[in-house]
Amino acid sequence: MAAAIFSNKRTFFFYSLCWAIWIITQAWVIYWFGFTWQVAFIDSVVSNLLLAIAQYALTNVLNYYRPRKDKGIYIFVLNLGIAAIWISAVKYILAHIMVQDTHYLEFLHHSLPIRFGIAFLMTGWMMMFSWVHYSAEDKQAIEKRKEDAEKLSREAELYKLRHQFHPHFLFNSLNSISSLVTTNPEDARKMVHQLADFLRGSLRNENKQQVSFKEELEYLQLYLDIEKVRFGHRLSIKIEKDADCVDCLMPPLLLQPIVENAIKFGLYDVTEMVIIHIKARLDNGQLVINIQNPFDPVTTTTQHGAGFGLSSIERRLYLLFARHDLLETIVNGNIFTTIIKIPQ
Amino acid sequence: MIKAIIIDDEPLARAIVKEYIKPYQQVSVVQECGDGFEGVKAIAQHQPELIFLDIQMPKINGFEMLELLDHIPAVIFTTAFDEYALKAFEVNAVDYLLKPFSKDRFDKVMTKWLKDYQPNDKTNIQTLLEATGEPPQYINRVVVKTGNNIRIIPIQDVHYLEAADDYVKIYLQEASFLKKKTMNYFENVLNPVQFVRVHRSYIVQVQQVTRIEPYEKDNHIVVLRSGVRVPISKTGYPKLRSILGL
Repeated sequence: MAAAIFSNKRTFFFYSLCWAIWIITQAWVIYWFGFTWQVAFIDSVVSNLLLAIAQYALTNVLNYYRPRKDKGIYIFVLNLGIAAIWISAVKYILAHIMVQDTHYLEFLHHSLPIRFGIAFLMTGWMMMFSWVHYSAEDKQAIEKRKEDAEKLSREAELYKLRHQFHPHFLFNSLNSISSLVTTNPEDARKMVHQLADFLRGSLRNENKQQVSFKEELEYLQLYLDIEKVRFGHRLSIKIEKDADCVDCLMPPLLLQPIVENAIKFGLYDVTEMVIIHIKARLDNGQLVINIQNPFDPVTTTTQHGAGFGLSSIERRLYLLFARHDLLETIVNGNIFTTIIKIPQ
Repeated sequence: MIKAIIIDDEPLARAIVKEYIKPYQQVSVVQECGDGFEGVKAIAQHQPELIFLDIQMPKINGFEMLELLDHIPAVIFTTAFDEYALKAFEVNAVDYLLKPFSKDRFDKVMTKWLKDYQPNDKTNIQTLLEATGEPPQYINRVVVKTGNNIRIIPIQDVHYLEAADDYVKIYLQEASFLKKKTMNYFENVLNPVQFVRVHRSYIVQVQQVTRIEPYEKDNHIVVLRSGVRVPISKTGYPKLRSILGL
């Protein structure tokens, strides 16, 4: 919701000033018609104060409710209605105040159409002004959110380049290849291709808004294949997925960093075999992905959730879905579980 | 014969060192280790002259492993890019190989090491160990050796530390451990919000403090939750008071 027009003191002052000038002008016109200043001012102040209050209320209403563009007729009708109520009120009040002045009452009666017309125009103008103001503010807010989302996706892409093939991963993979070249040229070549596929996968995915869970899994698999060459003797990955998950849509490059995180903590927190368990299911219209890794709650040096790893995932999810509850971490004994939920 | 041990958690990374070192007839690789625990055992057993050591490894990292050794052999670090460690290597003129490293680079490091090698010259490594772990990062655990066991102590379990000649005695709830470090080292690497050096010979964990009592004239002692009474020096007293917000 946009800020109310008159929340700004200067606008409110300007609004009041316009009305003051208009009150004086109208009083002067009535005086010109041959009434006393007193009568002229009572008339002008009563009618215009009522109109000012009605319009003030109207602009605030428009802040909360604005009919769609193709429902402009509602605005027109609302405007007519307000002008009609206003003119009745003015007639009623002024007739009661000036009950003895027959000359004035006749003038009042004859001037009703003109008053109605002026009120209708002024209210219409005010509504249009509010409409434009609020639409512009809304548009700005939408623009800003869009900008933020774009900025974050840029940040995520940058992060991916900096961290995902973060130096350690890339250099260590190259080191493995270098080692395999003499001992096992076949495997060395295979790993070069795996690394190339992985890099290409991230380049291809970085411009996409959404990918299917199946695609994201394929990309993850490229990463896992490389990690298996490096840590195959200690690392085992189990993936379980319900059949209805594969076509779910999700933001790209989301799963791999979480799994990388899990692998890192698993590998560096325990010396034994590391089992990474990935489970995906569809639950209440949400794709729910569980990633489990072993860790040592006592001696772990790494703070889960801290650093760019998981917090960037959380931020991305927030920007895409405006929710803070989509990333969850659970510590259960020496098993660390990361859960992400993707609304479908 | 020069004995060497390779310590790295990736088998392929160990393989490449083994391959490169083959032409050096005077060096023999007596064991390969996949983590720091194995490393400590193997070094104690073989007393090697040279070790190739990775830094990022399971449970305890390369630096922590070195801290556990009674006699530190010559070390050539093998590591992927790590800005912070790199700086420490260069400052202390310690040999290192950046993964992936070429045969040329390996030969250069080995030739230099063989030329300079003098038994019992460990000054560089010692200063390196003093340097690593210093800010920007405060340590959150201490690795100690008790007999044949290695124990990783989360820093919040430490009640207080006491100077003991060349060692620092680390007191926990139920036990105490010796670590070959200086009080100044610990004062630097412990988060000052959590630990205060109250005395030349004592550092206490703030969480453990229950009260401060006057002691003799002008002096004070701090009483810990466990009931242990630790003396406070004249300069330690205002430090502790300000941390406690008194």
